[in-house]
Amino acid sequence: MNPPEKTAPSRVRIQTGAAAVPAAVTGTTAAPAFQPELVFDSRDVSIFYGAKQALTAVTLGIRRGEITALIGPSGCGKTTFLRSLNRMNDSVSGFRIEGSIRYHGHELYGGNVDQVEVRRRIGMVFQKPNPFPKSIYDNVAWAPRNLGLRRGLDERVEAALRGAALWDEVKDRLKDSALGLSGGQQQRLCIARAIAIEPDVLLLDEPASALDPIATGAIEDLMHSLKGRFTIVIVTHNMQQAARVADRTAFFSLETGGEKPVGTLIEVGETERIFAEPRDPRTRDYVTGRFG
Amino acid sequence: MSTVSHPAARVGGRAGRTSPLRKRLDLLGDRLLFGVCLLAALIAAATIVLVGYQIVHGASPAISKFGFAFVYETTWQPNFGAFGAGSLLFGTAVTSTFALVLGAPIAIAIGLFLTLLAPRGVRGVVGPLVELLAAIPSVILGFWGLLVLGPFLQAHVEPFLHGTLGFLPIFGAPETTGLSVFTASVILTLMVIPIIASISRDLFQSVPRELQDGASALGATRWEVVRGVVLPTTSSGVVAACLLGLGRALGEAIAVSQVIGAGSTLQASLFKSGDTLASRIALQFPGALTELHKASLFYCGVILLAIGLASNLVAQAIGRRFSYQGATAR
Amino acid sequence: MSEGAIPDPAAPLTPSGNLRRRQLVSRAAELAATAAAVLAVGALAIVVYTVVSRGAKAIDLDFVFTGYPTGVGPMLLGTLVIALVATAMAMPVGVLIALYLTEYAGARGSNALRLTLDLLNGLPSIILGLFVFALLVDHKQQSGFAGAVALAIIELPLIARGSQEVLLLVPQSLREASDALGVARWRSVLTVVLPTALGGIVTSTVLAVARAAGETAPLILASSVFDPKSFTVNPFESMPNVPVWIYKLSEEGNPEGFTEAWGMSLLLVSFILFASLGARALLARSKRKLSS
Repeated sequence: MNPPEKTAPSRVRIQTGAAAVPAAVTGTTAAPAFQPELVFDSRDVSIFYGAKQALTAVTLGIRRGEITALIGPSGCGKTTFLRSLNRMNDSVSGFRIEGSIRYHGHELYGGNVDQVEVRRRIGMVFQKPNPFPKSIYDNVAWAPRNLGLRRGLDERVEAALRGAALWDEVKDRLKDSALGLSGGQQQRLCIARAIAIEPDVLLLDEPASALDPIATGAIEDLMHSLKGRFTIVIVTHNMQQAARVADRTAFFSLETGGEKPVGTLIEVGETERIFAEPRDPRTRDYVTGRFG
Repeated sequence: MSTVSHPAARVGGRAGRTSPLRKRLDLLGDRLLFGVCLLAALIAAATIVLVGYQIVHGASPAISKFGFAFVYETTWQPNFGAFGAGSLLFGTAVTSTFALVLGAPIAIAIGLFLTLLAPRGVRGVVGPLVELLAAIPSVILGFWGLLVLGPFLQAHVEPFLHGTLGFLPIFGAPETTGLSVFTASVILTLMVIPIIASISRDLFQSVPRELQDGASALGATRWEVVRGVVLPTTSSGVVAACLLGLGRALGEAIAVSQVIGAGSTLQASLFKSGDTLASRIALQFPGALTELHKASLFYCGVILLAIGLASNLVAQAIGRRFSYQGATAR
Repeated sequence: MSEGAIPDPAAPLTPSGNLRRRQLVSRAAELAATAAAVLAVGALAIVVYTVVSRGAKAIDLDFVFTGYPTGVGPMLLGTLVIALVATAMAMPVGVLIALYLTEYAGARGSNALRLTLDLLNGLPSIILGLFVFALLVDHKQQSGFAGAVALAIIELPLIARGSQEVLLLVPQSLREASDALGVARWRSVLTVVLPTALGGIVTSTVLAVARAAGETAPLILASSVFDPKSFTVNPFESMPNVPVWIYKLSEEGNPEGFTEAWGMSLLLVSFILFASLGARALLARSKRKLSS
């Protein structure tokens, strides 16, 4: 887009990663041989809150440079899974995880893992826009300042705001409070805030659910433009949205076999395939039900 | 619940249909209840006005004799009928400032500990304990200060501070008794901590979870979340809490009078004796020699009341503004 | 610009860049906050320990029930009477103020009234001492009643605020049900609202009494010249009382007097601690009951 845009080297690296994708297209979850291209490799993950089990036996690989959508009915654990990818659940009381999530081959819940380092590399945007009660500029500059990235801060803020397609709307009022922005602008500001520190992964938790259709469209366009630069995982309840933005889609649902229903992963694959020819009847019911 | 409303239903049903006498009774009852409630509210308002009037009235002989000069004159000689509150005002300012400078950071830290760090069980125990510190009567805290804290500070803390920071005039040579401005300030610190701590805890709890999550999702450490999000969003409320603590410290008479040593001169050293407005009233009023002496103590009360009401009003104003902000942000 | 990018996303998830230093700062802050809490609780523990260990030596049956010099019965009796008189004045007014706030006052009226209560609550108690001296003692004589008036002013805002909180918890549906049935306001207040809130009102009152029982400053001016041997229940003369007697003994500097003062301190502190802890527990319970 514009010249001082982010790091050329990392883009190159991502594209080589993406170039390797076709080789693995057919496998739903990665065989060990293809592990290097996976950003996240979760195996048999179960999550509990106190005595209540929220998620069972999720085995799912997230590929580098792609957009992966997590869809499914409410309460199926897709947000829980997303939040466990950058350890946002750690502060929830009673949270417990079983199984293994590897991030670039490193155990995410391993002994010497630093939570803050995890979140520095894996950014997150929440369902409800949550800008800080600071100026627009300070919202974006806050995290880079923490990281000590004071050199070229103005350019960094501008690049992040451009990256979030917000620059033209706010460039004349950077010192104004972020709380004066519209909901859609606030959400794009939150995305700008997250990409300002150039993370490796972006986790988006129903980022457009609180927004009107126009703002939703803006966010979806934005995701297309961010694709390739970041690995993106998005939770959405809106299937059209998943179909529009995602390379791959994972369908979560409630497993009703046990005493209490527990969320689990039903099926994952290329987005077109999931919507056009779902293999699991539950996926088919959900997908056709919503579309029909 | 339904058992409660049933009798009411029966009563109401009958009243509605038949008895006009009952209707009149109800009208009367309603007016009466409203009347006594209004009266009670007016009593509260009248009390404030009456307190102000009585204090000023009691001070009027001293006000007409000394005028405004009373506020800064430093002589206080009951035998000669010469009175000035300058050194008391100074002592009040020093002890309250000390208490706030030392107490506020500790109290804010306690508020942070209780909201962000402590596990639920610890929080449930430590929170009430800190508030219990405010429940200890000041006369007992002062008595403890006189017999336990004062001697301890005099024997251990004051020599240490004098030895290491003695080049600052505020850390002069310790006195022999342990009765000092320093001891009084430490006692006041203990008194303001619970007030500020419990208000700031409530403030910190009101910071939306989403904001804190948003900050930590950007790879911020716990301290950065506090400094960048929690404190800025609550700052005006915390300032209001500090002002309320200040009001408490300014007005404390008993505990201060027990440990401050009742000195009357202006001194830089915290380790000398001193006195405050409130403490002077408690110490001298019962044995006041003349009407002018009493009136002068009332004049001290006028100053105290003015500062106290002012800091309270400012705190309320700030606190209210804060709550409006909170309402619109949500 | 590229200095901000993650140098190697596949590096182990241990602190990178300046994170080690930032974590150190954060840990130090956490330690300081914990230390502050320990300090406050420690101070309370030391005070209570001193009072208990030194006061226990003084206390026996004679200490509680006989007059001076073997015991402090008159002081205990006086404090009890003064507190009762004060509460008898403060409680009805306080509850009526609370009713006015919840049932009648408009927005502006209740703002003004709440400000009044806050200002009353912030009045230094020595000022109230001067007030009752000017109003009731000057040119007349000291009396327990004058002290009780000052204590009532201290209790009033506490009772009014506490009762208001409980009254607000009484379900609006109860009131509406009565209104819909054409029941007069005063009947529903007396038969439904007040009885439902009674528990909470009583406990707020107990908390207020616990606060007022140890107040010394007003009594120094209102009821400090007394005969420590006389058991009197007449509030219109100067009454012996616990706080003033502790104050006098502490000023005298006589070791035997100190022991006696510790003994009274222990009685006073135990009453206050038990009353406020018990009342708090009850208040929490009745609030929970009302709000569920």
